[in-house]
Amino acid sequence: MIHFLVHAKDDSVGVAAVDLKAGEKLTGLVMDTQESIEIEAAMDIPLGHKIALVEMKPGDTVIKYGHDIGQVVADIKKGQHVHIHNLKTKRW
Amino acid sequence: MNIPKFMGYRRENGRVAIRNHVIILSVDDISNAAVESVANNIKGTLAIPHPYGRLQFGADLELFWRIIIGAGSNPNVAAAVVIGIEPGWTDLVVEGIAKTGKPVAGFSIERNGDLKTIEAASRKAMEFMQLAGEHQKTECSFDELYVTVKCGESDTTSGLASNPTVGNMIDKIVEMGATASFGETTEITGGEMIAKERAATPEIGEKFYRAWNEYNDFINANKTDDLSDSQPTKGNIIGGLTTIEEKALGNIQKIGKKSRYVGVLEPAQAPPGKGLWFMNTSSAAAEAVTLWMASGAVLHVFPTGQGNVIGNPIEPVIKLSANPITCKTMSEHIDLDVSGILQGKLTLDQAGDQLIELMQRTCNGRLSAAEVLGHREFVITKLYRSA
Repeated sequence: MIHFLVHAKDDSVGVAAVDLKAGEKLTGLVMDTQESIEIEAAMDIPLGHKIALVEMKPGDTVIKYGHDIGQVVADIKKGQHVHIHNLKTKRW
Repeated sequence: MNIPKFMGYRRENGRVAIRNHVIILSVDDISNAAVESVANNIKGTLAIPHPYGRLQFGADLELFWRIIIGAGSNPNVAAAVVIGIEPGWTDLVVEGIAKTGKPVAGFSIERNGDLKTIEAASRKAMEFMQLAGEHQKTECSFDELYVTVKCGESDTTSGLASNPTVGNMIDKIVEMGATASFGETTEITGGEMIAKERAATPEIGEKFYRAWNEYNDFINANKTDDLSDSQPTKGNIIGGLTTIEEKALGNIQKIGKKSRYVGVLEPAQAPPGKGLWFMNTSSAAAEAVTLWMASGAVLHVFPTGQGNVIGNPIEPVIKLSANPITCKTMSEHIDLDVSGILQGKLTLDQAGDQLIELMQRTCNGRLSAAEVLGHREFVITKLYRSA
């Protein structure tokens, strides 16, 4: 059972392929290498939303698709939901 | 490398087609009634009515000619009957299409009226229809195809699976020697520096960047609200997209990982060579596909998340989706279900191969969902008001 997908090997976030429940042991698939990774969900995360694969601090850059998708604005722990409350564009 | 073959039509100018239409083409808005009548008289012909063509001028008129002449010149058109109100502009369209070497004839309504025009044009359409029926299919190869890609009604499944599937296909067919094009200038906002770097040379990247900037300035000059609040859209955010960079990167997945674009095309401009090309287009689906059709593309591949239903009369549109709900609730619109990627049952490489196989079948004659359902959106991009 695949719970989340990771676009590229060095991404710092994955994307939930199903609704994730807090405390659940998750299996993720890295799409470019087909490797699997294990992680525990720190909170509920809906399908299509991002899960942190590493711990991140304010000012860090979030990497998805192997590219910069914005900066961290609040502490993020591994397994937590990454969205508008802790990630902002660098544009405006 | 195994380059797929298919049975297609080879036109007078050597271009390869996957359909064999006889079109009845309007030069202007007021000739649509005659066009529809001719297409009704002669079964199997395809009417191409549209709402413009009078008192356009400057760059807007030049684009209009590229679209109308481009439609008649598309390889998927075996022959064209052109109807306009007056002979001057009708002849201009006929002469433009005639450069391809295909059969084309023009009829103008002034001094004849609708009824005489319809009769004369119907007799010519009948002749063309019987002629086109005798065109024989011949073995063609994927490196002779011109394929275009654009997504619509995107959601997180688009960036996760259906767009990367298209990207996998693009990397493969460009390597085979095919011609391909992507566009959606405004949807690249947030990823424009990455798109710029995907150019084959820094000069081509600069040309892309100028086109992007010019479109961005146009939107900023005309917008009535703050777009920073609407990109990503509220719906995108509910679906899990957080930043505009993330949204744009999901879109750019369609050009794959390896391919580099070899040039920047004006709207409806035919690519002067093989490889991947950027075309400066609107992100509105029917407008963008009409521009690519007019540039000579014979097949469009359209990934969708929430379920866009677009088609085109001349350039068949194949749709794929990775959203299992869309594939279930809108199954009649989806040609390829790649939702298995989300469950880890299908790799991107396998999905890309499935897409290529479906494209091959479509080239061989399988009708796309949009063709069967009669989606014939022919939408002319208009740059500004007519005089």
